[in-house]
Amino acid sequence: MEKKTLVMGVIGADVHAVGNKILYHAFTAAGFNCVNLGVMVSQEEYINAAIESNADAIVVSSLYGHGELDCRGMREKCDEAGLKGILLYVGGNIVVGKQPFDEVEKRFKAMGFDRVFGPGTPPETTIAALYEDLGVQPPEETEE
Amino acid sequence: MKPVLLIDFGSTYTKVTAVDVESEALLGTASSYTTVQTDIGEGLQNALNLLEEKTGKLEFAERYACSSAAGGLRMITSGLVPELTAEAAKQASLGAGAKVIRVFSYELTKKDVEEIVQSRPDMILLTGGTDGGNSECILANAKRLSIVEPICPVVIAGNRNCADECAELLDKWETHVCENVMPRFNELNIEPAQQQIRQIFLNRIIQAKGLSKAAELISGILMPTPAAMMAAMELLSEGTKTEPGIGELVAVDLGGATTDVYSIADGMPTQANTIVKGLMEPYAKRTVEGDIGMRYSIWGIVEAGGIDRVSQLSGIEPQRAKEMIQYLSEHTDTLPQDEEWENLDFALASLAVETAVARHAGTIEQVYTPMGLAYSQKGKDLTPVKRVVVTGGAIIHTKRTGQIAAHSLQNPSQPASLRPIDAKFLVDRKYILAAMGLLGQYYPDIAVRIMKKELVEAYE
Repeated sequence: MEKKTLVMGVIGADVHAVGNKILYHAFTAAGFNCVNLGVMVSQEEYINAAIESNADAIVVSSLYGHGELDCRGMREKCDEAGLKGILLYVGGNIVVGKQPFDEVEKRFKAMGFDRVFGPGTPPETTIAALYEDLGVQPPEETEE
Repeated sequence: MKPVLLIDFGSTYTKVTAVDVESEALLGTASSYTTVQTDIGEGLQNALNLLEEKTGKLEFAERYACSSAAGGLRMITSGLVPELTAEAAKQASLGAGAKVIRVFSYELTKKDVEEIVQSRPDMILLTGGTDGGNSECILANAKRLSIVEPICPVVIAGNRNCADECAELLDKWETHVCENVMPRFNELNIEPAQQQIRQIFLNRIIQAKGLSKAAELISGILMPTPAAMMAAMELLSEGTKTEPGIGELVAVDLGGATTDVYSIADGMPTQANTIVKGLMEPYAKRTVEGDIGMRYSIWGIVEAGGIDRVSQLSGIEPQRAKEMIQYLSEHTDTLPQDEEWENLDFALASLAVETAVARHAGTIEQVYTPMGLAYSQKGKDLTPVKRVVVTGGAIIHTKRTGQIAAHSLQNPSQPASLRPIDAKFLVDRKYILAAMGLLGQYYPDIAVRIMKKELVEAYE
């Protein structure tokens, strides 16, 4: 299969680097071509990277509770930049405090995110969603 | 004795430098006014006569030249995102010694193409997309260009997956495909494009610029003058296998129309908790400030520094300073005649150095995160650099060189600017750096040793 390209990173003033590295390895192993922007990524950085690399999806992480502020307007900016309909995911501790997840999901979907993942989501869940949304199959395991 | 002649064909002056490679000594330098419209061989002969008046008759074993005549190597670059491939394309061209007349990003419009045709560049650099990434933009741009009559060679250094297609679209044009300037996101790969640019310069531009007549007299025009300067700085910094260099450095070339800044330094963060943002910058970086120059771009200095600071540094009333600046902008060959004019030039040179180095160097800002204080760095951190090399008429022909050069350093009022904190100032009193870049192509050890000997320290 032709590899699909993801742009990923931790948004805002968030410096949680470990989860970002884990996700990068998990996505790469799952057969995706990953452009990892690391931590403290602005909306513009995701968008610029997605334009240059002709990405199929942008996967936004946030762990420090300010995700809702950081993610606002992201879909509109993507539209403006010509990335119409690009797949947008967000996941992590994306809101302040403990709030019912279905409400959080609703709010982020209203902001234009295609999928919203709560705290503690294993990488496999996101990967399965990516396969489904991008219409691709997992890479075949090579026999040793 | 084995004298070697090094020539710099400028747009107004031809400068010659004679070196004896046996005794590793500088024999002399001279310069003569030239116009390309007539014959640059004439300017060269005049300069040589002046040189030989000082040194006596010289039988040159080898002659090498660099050139910025006829406007230098004028390039137009295009990329996709302004901060990414468009910036990478600009860096590639500047590093190859080009004068970048316009940087385009995203798709070219019909008007843009008209502008390109009218501005008659010597070369166009087309980029856009990482390898396997966006191909629409560069293809659209190639298509747009293919409609008009070919005007110059095109270097294609974008997404490799569509490079051949771009070349096919531009089949009437002279095209050169080389490696992508940004093969993967944020990974700068500008050397292949630079080599290609230099190769085209050698093969084609020299003839087009009417320099070939002079080329017969010499062993070869090797590169554009800024590329020679860049080569000299890299050599001085890194040294050779047998002759150590002086380490990381920043160099400022303050001219009448532009100010060039070079840094040979890795520029990585110097403090913990620093995250680097933006496009990775080249180890050997060149920037050109087209609005900062001592005569043609004199108002650019005032605009950047403010008339109050000109007044404060020169001790001249703002109104008087403005009148004097107006005079200089109209009489660009004026040299300071008395103390007042010297003071004005001192102020302008200081602000020019400050502005140009500040624009070249990176910046840092504090970011308060829930995890504590962090720093976000853009561009190169030059704070640990210990050497600043200065050249250009207004710096080298004054007694206050050190004071002017000191404006390249970090200033408490601009803490975000990552300029060197404490550095020694080295002055190119005899204006030999471009010549040493040329010499270094054949005699690198000797070029390093001559530079170390001839660059003198200036004190604040």
